[in-house]
Amino acid sequence: MITAKAEPQEVLEAVIIRFVGDSGDGMQLTGTQFSDTSAMFGNDVATFPNYPAEIRAPQGSLYGVSGFQVHIGSVEISTPGDNVDLLVAMNPAGLKTNLRALKPGHTVIVDTDSFSKKNLEKAQYESNPLEDGSLENYRVIEVAMTSLTKETLKAVEGLDNKSITRSKNMFALGMVYWMYDRSTDYTIEFFNKKFKNKPQIIEANTKVLNAGYYFAETLELIPNAYTIAPAKMESGTYRIIMGNTATAWGFLAAAEKSGLELFLGSYPITPASDILHELVKHKHFGVKTLQAEDEIAGITSAIGASFAGDLALTTTSGPGLALKGEALGLAMMIELPLVVVDVQRGGPSTGLPTKTEQSDLLQAMYGRNGESPIIVIAASTPSNCFDFAYEAAKLTLEHMTPVLLLTDGYIANGSAPWKIRSVDDMPEIKNNKVSEAHENWHPYDRDENSLARNWAIPGSPGLEHRVGGLEKDRVSGNVSYVPENHEYMTKIRAEKVKRVQNYIPDIETEFAQEGDLLVVGWGGTYGSLYSAVKQMSDEGHSNIGIAHFNYINPLPKNTEEVLKKFKKIIVCELNSGQFVQILKTNFNGFEFLQLNKVQGLPFANNELIQKFKSLVK
Amino acid sequence: MEAAVKEYTYKDFSSDQEVRWCPGCDDYVILRSMQKALPEMGVKKEDVVFISGIGCSSRFPYYMDTYGMHSIHGRAPAIASGVKLANPDLSVWVITGDGDSMAIGGNHFIHVLRRNLDLNIVLFNNEIYGLTKGQFSPTSLVGQKTKSSPYGNTQPPFSAGELALGAQARFFARVAGNTPKEITQVFIDAEKFKGTSLIEVLQNCPIFNDGCFTKYTDKAVREDRQLHVEHGKPMIFGKERDKGLVLNGLKLEVVTIGENGITQEDLLVHNAKEQDPTLHQMLVRSEYPMVTGIIRSFDDVTLEEREDALTVQVKSDSQFSKTDDLFFSGDIYEVD
Repeated sequence: MITAKAEPQEVLEAVIIRFVGDSGDGMQLTGTQFSDTSAMFGNDVATFPNYPAEIRAPQGSLYGVSGFQVHIGSVEISTPGDNVDLLVAMNPAGLKTNLRALKPGHTVIVDTDSFSKKNLEKAQYESNPLEDGSLENYRVIEVAMTSLTKETLKAVEGLDNKSITRSKNMFALGMVYWMYDRSTDYTIEFFNKKFKNKPQIIEANTKVLNAGYYFAETLELIPNAYTIAPAKMESGTYRIIMGNTATAWGFLAAAEKSGLELFLGSYPITPASDILHELVKHKHFGVKTLQAEDEIAGITSAIGASFAGDLALTTTSGPGLALKGEALGLAMMIELPLVVVDVQRGGPSTGLPTKTEQSDLLQAMYGRNGESPIIVIAASTPSNCFDFAYEAAKLTLEHMTPVLLLTDGYIANGSAPWKIRSVDDMPEIKNNKVSEAHENWHPYDRDENSLARNWAIPGSPGLEHRVGGLEKDRVSGNVSYVPENHEYMTKIRAEKVKRVQNYIPDIETEFAQEGDLLVVGWGGTYGSLYSAVKQMSDEGHSNIGIAHFNYINPLPKNTEEVLKKFKKIIVCELNSGQFVQILKTNFNGFEFLQLNKVQGLPFANNELIQKFKSLVK
Repeated sequence: MEAAVKEYTYKDFSSDQEVRWCPGCDDYVILRSMQKALPEMGVKKEDVVFISGIGCSSRFPYYMDTYGMHSIHGRAPAIASGVKLANPDLSVWVITGDGDSMAIGGNHFIHVLRRNLDLNIVLFNNEIYGLTKGQFSPTSLVGQKTKSSPYGNTQPPFSAGELALGAQARFFARVAGNTPKEITQVFIDAEKFKGTSLIEVLQNCPIFNDGCFTKYTDKAVREDRQLHVEHGKPMIFGKERDKGLVLNGLKLEVVTIGENGITQEDLLVHNAKEQDPTLHQMLVRSEYPMVTGIIRSFDDVTLEEREDALTVQVKSDSQFSKTDDLFFSGDIYEVD
């Protein structure tokens, strides 16, 4: 047991650390432990994993590098950050692929044992970077981590060579804990829980973690440690949550609040599968899941469950959404509640499955045959995935039309502190179920305000009725080829979605409420855009504001008013300009400037600042 | 004890919609057989759900005064699976055709059979696409001339039963579209069976593929060409009840009782409940005689039974009864 040092250290506001190594080196675990410990300490944190698409790429290869970035601070942290203050590289390939992210003059810790001739070749180094002077612009801390780990564990019995080598990541973590004044307690507790029945593994990991910590303490190469004070966060009970988990939990909360059972039909796809993995655990809440034979069966089984009265959900990513298109049109046509989650990834086609992008927006809006409008909303941070999953369920149940919830790989895999929401504090969710037959009841009777039709569930006597993909008579729901009826129904389906405007909040501008430049974004780019605008605001630019959209179809009622308050508008998206198309279609007379990036990467702070500064002078 | 189910007649299951199939179509026979079978099943009308895909047969739910969904092409088995998982108390029926189930919906068709939910699938097989006006289907014969195969079809057909048994179907029955009493009875038996039941109806399309099953189903020949199997009974057929099936090596052979010393004792006795589908596969493939009746009816655990057992287990092991228990569990921390 080690407690953090009492001596004063250099105090930093925020620091960005990236752990990189082979995909078998345990970098995700190392990074998660560091961020969880920091969160417990009271820092604000944001994390982002970066792992290869191959599960076990050849050891030591450039494309087998796995990384985990952690941004911690005593100030508000909105993104996992761009360039890093500390790089921990467990092998040459990790160093090679990540060095350009390290800020000049900053520190890189390397495991010198891994810099063998063979590994250098695999990383395509012609000479050893530790010897050829190519790292002279950085502070390099060379540590023989593998041998030190072996030495530490030589007295522990019952460990094979592989287990010993695999715990070297804990040596690195121990060092970093000391450098940033973190306690090792949380991680040791984690070992005790995780390896309850494997006492040698607990002992080995604890020993190596402590060894790394003491090594850093005694090492003259680390002249001073840094500390990061707890952040000023709203008081309450928190936990660190990943976006995909938050999404899953939002649906759990919605099911409990609405009194309905949750049904998920899904087919595994990166980066959405974690929602399935999470929900399948929760049978104790009555959650039903079907891992279907394909994407189409994922959504159609959900449509069946919805017809039978469940809160129905299907989860996917871009290519899967393309496959679900026809069925989504059916759900819209028969006016049943259904939530589709699209965790966007790089497209088109198979694209960049493990990278992030916002390029499914127009598919979400229009990717169906005929005129088939649905509600489209987007989450914007890992933790508000909870709120928007809940909102998606609420909207679909209250308005009887499908809701498409967009998240993306960046916020779905990223994690951040979440101030835990009790279901008791969440808004009410109504639904349109009818249980008893009455005279003059018809399946397509609508609520006069929302235009939502009623929801008659099999098992209810006297409410037997048929629905289907053929155009329906406006009242009975029977098949109708009457021309005027088709036009009427087309309009009413659109009007129903439009009227959702009356039930969603206005868009709020942050920082300047009027002025020279309005930064417009939507979905997962919020953290990046917010940080950039905040930085400019802190630097004295009082004429720049940000309007970030979570509601896309329909748009908030006051959108045009907000746009009018600024001289220039720049729409920033991780695609070639899709939301801007929607704005152009809806609002005339504006010049929409654009900042687009299609690299499978989030916006970098400096590219945003540079662009915004060029527009405000 | 549940409330007694009221007495229904076929009229209770007839909707107010005008039936729009072509005159003379076997679909009428199937519809009326279903409307007659349902009152015999002991299910409440409000608990019955028909899910169909696309095609002539898939208009079926509109004509039934029950809950129903006329969905999209090929997807009815997946939709029905969702209905059944959401509410296992419902009597769920899939209505499909040879194109709907074995072409565009082939994947859902095999997986629903594999999973063995307690639902029923009625497959209207007419070896042609009717609604799209006469293209060959996955059960059309090689050489068959259709709108999309004017010089003869070059794609070898699926046998629905063979495909189904390969996909582990627990219940497979085949009936001719001109035998309403048999169809009605098979529907009742299928509903009783716990697991996925597949009923293939050999359905004549009088417009695009008229007479495709005549050589088996015509009244003049059917007793000589069809073997109607019943569990526990010898495999006898023929107008004179003098033909039967025996196993010769790994093949079925037709024998005549009274010839070469063959007696009824020598004939195969049908065992629909056998787990090993080998003999069922042979019966399904046989062209002479063409086999009708319940060919396979093997009792097995259903998907909903497995799911229920798991849910009970997880519930009893879990410390979470509401979501707050989960949200506030594990690594949480306070900020003042």
